[in-house]
Amino acid sequence: MSNMQLEQSPTTGDEVITNYTINFGPQHPAAHGVLRMVMELDGEVIERIDPHVGLLHRGTEKLIENKTYLQALPYFDRLDYVSPLCQEHSYVLAIEKLLNLEVPERAQYLRVLFAELTRISNHMLNMGAHILDVGAFTPNLWIMDLREDCMNFFERASGARMHSAWFRPGGVHQDVPEKLLVDIGEWLDGRFFPLFEDAMSLIMDNRIFKQRNVDIAVVSREDAIAWGFSGPMIRAAGIPWDLRKSQPYDVYDRMEFDIPVGTNSDCYDRFMVRVKEIYESAKIIKQCLRDMPEGPVASGDGKVSPPKRGEMKQSMEALIHHFKLYTEGFHVPAGEVYVATESPKGEFGVYLVSDGTNKPYRCKIRPTAFSHLQAMDMMSKGHMLPDATAILGAIDVVFGECDR
Amino acid sequence: MTIVHSAPKFASNEGVRDALTAALGDIVVSSKEEHGEIVITVKRDEIENALKLLRDDHEYQQLMEIAGVDYPDRAERFEVVYMLLSLTKNHRIMVKVNTDEAKPVPTVTTLWPNAGWLEREVFDLYGVTYAGNPDLRRILTDYGFEGHPFRKDFPLTGYTELRYSEEEKRVVYEPVELAQDLRQFDFLSPWEGSDYVLPGDEKAQEEGKK
Repeated sequence: MSNMQLEQSPTTGDEVITNYTINFGPQHPAAHGVLRMVMELDGEVIERIDPHVGLLHRGTEKLIENKTYLQALPYFDRLDYVSPLCQEHSYVLAIEKLLNLEVPERAQYLRVLFAELTRISNHMLNMGAHILDVGAFTPNLWIMDLREDCMNFFERASGARMHSAWFRPGGVHQDVPEKLLVDIGEWLDGRFFPLFEDAMSLIMDNRIFKQRNVDIAVVSREDAIAWGFSGPMIRAAGIPWDLRKSQPYDVYDRMEFDIPVGTNSDCYDRFMVRVKEIYESAKIIKQCLRDMPEGPVASGDGKVSPPKRGEMKQSMEALIHHFKLYTEGFHVPAGEVYVATESPKGEFGVYLVSDGTNKPYRCKIRPTAFSHLQAMDMMSKGHMLPDATAILGAIDVVFGECDR
Repeated sequence: MTIVHSAPKFASNEGVRDALTAALGDIVVSSKEEHGEIVITVKRDEIENALKLLRDDHEYQQLMEIAGVDYPDRAERFEVVYMLLSLTKNHRIMVKVNTDEAKPVPTVTTLWPNAGWLEREVFDLYGVTYAGNPDLRRILTDYGFEGHPFRKDFPLTGYTELRYSEEEKRVVYEPVELAQDLRQFDFLSPWEGSDYVLPGDEKAQEEGKK
């Protein structure tokens, strides 16, 4: 027998296999929600991906047009339900920009504090899911426990674990108990970092984790800009772009923190950028706890913020304000603004058009996932089928926000 | 007006509007600066050139968003708003075009690859068409959906509802049937600038005219 034989597939013999198409999702545990991807495969190599989104489309923007400004606020919790408070942040800032409304300092600190706590809780879920997608189980359980702690803090501040509706135009809904702030500080050093670092020590230098992530979906700087990337996705490409730093809102301009960037722009870098971001978030939280002044937590403008219950018992004006705010709501001057904040996933923007009445004329939400998911085809081309889950995990996509 | 709000602060708008309108020349229809935002309306057919100029010569590298807005009273009822971001100048501007159901807007997928989905979304929700977009399918609404739901004349409840039919073993579409009418409260204060007639007041007004 001669060895000079043509290479043959052991299973198909002479038959030629053409490309075939499979459906990834909409019910796939690694799709992070209801994502359907029509994949064209050549063997196990991805030739083309056509993501179908919109399976969770609820018409949020249309619903907002039919609600008063305050009634529309809870919809923002339900967009990216993994980081609810950061979505509210964009919306309340957009309203405040139109109203040119001053927010008391304590409220600004509280917002920044809880936005960063949200960032930690968001990254806990995303990193856990990413790790799970590429085959490790234990770290997810550990850091999900930490996410649970964050949820408990949100509950203690607002009464709700997820859908807080706690940021309000002009400040926050309620002040937090002193004990909560103390507990957050103690939790960070006493519980969070030991457990988090333990979990990360299992992952960061793990051979399998690196094999699954390093050099997967490398995106050049130029591509990252052209595709409208933001957040950890653009930072992993080596561009130090962070809206908290470059376009500071609330008291971010007083905070000292660094912007972690990647060097290789692959899935591993995206993961590591998030790991480092958590340390920066913790820094910001500590600075907030240290510097937070006493004082009111909502704007003193009675036309926008509701009065205290006690005031209403004494003051006729407060009673009228309360009645007006919870029936008619407040009027916002006509105009249009586009306000974008750094949500944990990237740039989350709100384009708010007001016609001077008590309801938004148009509220366009810029989801972070839209541009990232659109680049899925570009990023996955030439990779293997199992890499698609790693790429998807590193995008950090949540469909409540993508589909609106 | 002094700025007291704490919304994101990007680089100063000073002189930017004049510089950009001068650079764009007669492409510009109008421009304004309100609430700290620069909005430039350009001619519809020139949008691609305008954005190319802004991207290449004025460092607005990123297209963050395309938003549609519906103003049914206008002759050209739709506005398409492009949000541009400059990473180097740390600045944002909005560029607008007007259009209606029939007149297509030139695509900008030639400039930014991520414009594809953004245009698809505006097409899906408003019915604005884009000339040159190679893949103008619906994106957010259901497969086989009819109509453009974000238009102001599209009812909030929609026209169809769907349920799983046990008999047919599949999801069926039916016309919307509400047990109770959708309630739309009008809380606008009659003392502040509303110019509608309160129910029961029609007679008083007619008598007043006589």
